[in-house]
Amino acid sequence: MHDETMNVHLKVWRQAGPESEGRFESYSAEVNPHMSFLEMLDVVNEDLIKKGEMPIEFDSDCREGICGTCGCVVNGQAHGLERGTTVCQLHMRSFRDGETIVIEPWRAEAFPVIRDLVVDRGAFDRIIAAGGYVSVNTGPKPDANAVKIGKDLSDRAFDAAACIGCGACVAACPNASASLFTGAKVTQLALMPQGAPERGRRVRAMVDQMDAEGFGNCSNIGECEAACPKEISLDNIATMKREYLRAMFTDH
Amino acid sequence: MTTLDSRVPEGPLAEKWSKRLHDMKLVAPNNKRKRKVIVVGTGLAGASAAASLGELGYQVDAFCITDSPRRAHSIAAQGGINAAKNYPNDGDSVWRLFYDTIKGGDFRSREANVHRLAEVSTAIIDQAVAQGVPFAREYGGELANRSFGGAQVSRTFYARGQTGQQLLLGAYQALMRQVDNKTVTMFPRREMLDLVVIDGKARGIITRNLVTGELERHQADAVVLCTGGYGRVYFLSTNAFNSNGTAAWRCYKRGAHFANPCYVQIHPTCIPQSGDYQSKLTLMSESLRNDGRVWVPKEKADVKKPANEIPEERRDYYLERKYPSFGNLVPRDVASRNAKYVCDEGRGVGATGRAVYLDFRDAIKNQGRDTIADKYGNLFHMYEKITGENPYEVPMRIYPAVHYTMGGLWVDYELMSTIPGLFVAGEANFSDHGANRLGASALMQGLADGYFVVPFSVGNYLAQNKVEAISTDHADFKRTEDEVTAHLQKMLDVGAKGNRTVIEIYRDLGEIMYDQVGMSRTPEGLKEAITKIKKLQNDFWTDVKIPGSGDEFNKMLEVAGRLADFLELAELMARDALHRNESCGGHFREDHQTPEGEARRDDENFCYVAAWAFKEAGEPELIKEPLEFENVELSTRSYK
Ligand SMILES: Cc1cc2nc3c(=O)[nH]c(=O)nc-3n(C[C@H](O)[C@H](O)[C@H](O)COP(=O)(O)OP(=O)(O)OC[C@H]3O[C@@H](n4cnc5c(N)ncnc54)[C@H](O)[C@@H]3O)c2cc1C
Ligand code: SF4
Ligand code: FES
Repeated sequence: MHDETMNVHLKVWRQAGPESEGRFESYSAEVNPHMSFLEMLDVVNEDLIKKGEMPIEFDSDCREGICGTCGCVVNGQAHGLERGTTVCQLHMRSFRDGETIVIEPWRAEAFPVIRDLVVDRGAFDRIIAAGGYVSVNTGPKPDANAVKIGKDLSDRAFDAAACIGCGACVAACPNASASLFTGAKVTQLALMPQGAPERGRRVRAMVDQMDAEGFGNCSNIGECEAACPKEISLDNIATMKREYLRAMFTDH
Repeated sequence: MTTLDSRVPEGPLAEKWSKRLHDMKLVAPNNKRKRKVIVVGTGLAGASAAASLGELGYQVDAFCITDSPRRAHSIAAQGGINAAKNYPNDGDSVWRLFYDTIKGGDFRSREANVHRLAEVSTAIIDQAVAQGVPFAREYGGELANRSFGGAQVSRTFYARGQTGQQLLLGAYQALMRQVDNKTVTMFPRREMLDLVVIDGKARGIITRNLVTGELERHQADAVVLCTGGYGRVYFLSTNAFNSNGTAAWRCYKRGAHFANPCYVQIHPTCIPQSGDYQSKLTLMSESLRNDGRVWVPKEKADVKKPANEIPEERRDYYLERKYPSFGNLVPRDVASRNAKYVCDEGRGVGATGRAVYLDFRDAIKNQGRDTIADKYGNLFHMYEKITGENPYEVPMRIYPAVHYTMGGLWVDYELMSTIPGLFVAGEANFSDHGANRLGASALMQGLADGYFVVPFSVGNYLAQNKVEAISTDHADFKRTEDEVTAHLQKMLDVGAKGNRTVIEIYRDLGEIMYDQVGMSRTPEGLKEAITKIKKLQNDFWTDVKIPGSGDEFNKMLEVAGRLADFLELAELMARDALHRNESCGGHFREDHQTPEGEARRDDENFCYVAAWAFKEAGEPELIKEPLEFENVELSTRSYK
């Protein structure tokens, strides 16, 4: 297993800073098919460092597909072609020997490039800050089993809560809309009784913030769902739109 | 001789915490707005502490390395969180959770702290549910529980395999609500590089802005450190890429004592390393050991053969053989150590020879493929994704990996370090797990500290310490920043000319630590490790190669700085392991075992917390906090 190798050619977006011009640079690497995609980049970087060049900057933390830190566009697809997979979970064995791989950062006005493949996703935090929570302070609370929540409902809320905030949905959307991300949080909290009292205020504040950040509108293309590593469903966007309308016509 | 005051309240165990809460001094509401608290780290401990302090009305500045506080190492926790709710009515209680934790920690933790942890555990679940955390539920709508890590009661709450994620998102949302309320100011992509101590009190921090490279000064009336564990000193571990020991280490060098650095937990069921390029190891739930059988070939000659071609009589089910009553379900440390031994004998399997089989063949035969798929389908899928092998067809390969560090900065009952005004919470402190941590107890401790201890104890400190507001132009701020600048510059100067990459040196450190300060330790090995680590420190400071400069986004420079600190912490770990002439919990010394190969604790001589004090010149000073057990009897475990 140790001596298996494959060759890949990379075309990587290099950009020194937010204001700098970016360009593609080409690299070649001999890699092991069992490497993850990010380990492949680590190996390329070691080589660059030894040659006295600047390594390719990219973000990562858990490297297990759960934190949402990593993310880049691989061969035109956010997180690469494998469905339901973050780029840190992608393995080189899913590429062909001799293949050319094009690697770019998320591209969206609301996600400015910091360097190379690293972007600023602070807009997502501001959407959550606008209302993506249940307003409870720390302190004595009713017993956790005081309110029963049916398993089906709770499972549906969980499906929405599984979003890792990676931003692939925005990168994949031709309008750079953040509707899948925002819809997932709106849906989770609207479904659960804990979130009900502030449903209306929440969806209005979050959607308004999303617009203020410069994300585009959703026109139901569905690229976001296809790119989402957690397979967050488009239904969440429909729920968000319904919740928003409801909030416009009722007062809470 | 220096002594440590743990400030544990007088009185019966079960009344200590409520008594302390009653006695605490309070800060008046209109004064709270004038008091500033820094929270470093926004994992479970930090996010919950920052949100709660903000809600109380303090001005909070919160910092994290990642681009958003929604991400931290905490997010990867899978299994669950313990709480003494006793919902299944199977005999659990605060006392039982307390006792299990003390015993699991091999009687090396402080009774009063552990009891408080068990007491507040139930409030954590109430809090998380009120926030909308989608825990697993039964069809009737009540919360589901399971037994975890060999516990005899079902006290673990979970959210599919993503418990850490959902709890962290709950705390993160509470934090962002305070950001919106303007009580908390969030500073992401910042790394704390030093603590500013003025007149003996923690008064601020120096951070590096990881986007621009600028150093920044932040002042406060108190600092709460929630920067996680130091497992990445082993290079390969299950910890997140950005986990590090830097903040804790810099505080140590400013006067905070470091307690029990040698207590490390090594988890037996991880996916083995596949090559030199490996960057981290992936944990698989230890529930797999409920049905999988662990084995290696009896003969070295068979190790490279395909597993399924090795006949039954040539397999050694070594855990079942050595521990007939517990078999494959022996505790984490026993399972890990035995895997190392068989690999050391040359009977390890896989490409690197550092793996053992975890075989589901018999379980599939007895229970059917569907049952096994129901129980472990997602784990099998994850394994296949990473290794490209199908565990329904060929046995899994597993190997132990560093997972959790029980040691950390020494804190008293109120989680304050030896520097007044510096509090430490979560995995970064040493407090509750003794020499070994039980499964599903780290999430509980992080949130207990953050939601229910720190907000009160910080208030108690502030009420009694009316510190003057200071400007960040203060001479001590300037001096500390200058020292950080000099440290970075020295690293960059060497880095511009050196030949060995940061990762090469880091990997060497990992190997030394794994081999000699890992699962099984000997005095000779530890002494040798210290010599090798010193040499590696020298290699780093004369020959490391670092790309780029300090005034730009430069991830390799960040890693270099963390490695420089790990190289020092590693030495202290080896020193601590060498001084502790006993085996306890995660610390196993080959020269302290019974004839049957079991750990031999020495309660007469080592029933204490080893707190190390930094010395500018010479060796660190060892200060002992004796552990007194007034409520439980010290017992010895046996898994034969
Ligand atoms: C794979 C895995 C599975 C686990 N499963 C479980 C489980 O099922 N149950 C359980 O109870 N426990 C589990 N654990 C353990 C548990 O997840 C951790 O111990 C716990 O989450 C630690 O939380 P924390 O808040 O102390 O630190 P962390 O989550 O590590 O957070 C540290 C924070 O500090 C920040 N930081 C660090 N250094 C600096 C610095 N210098 N400057 C600024 N910020 C800094 C980081 O950015 C981060 O925000 C698991 C651990 C792993 C690795
Ligand atoms: S919805 Fe999916 S793609 Fe979008 S941020 Fe969440 S996990 Fe990522
Ligand atoms: S690094 Fe965490 S999801 Fe990829």
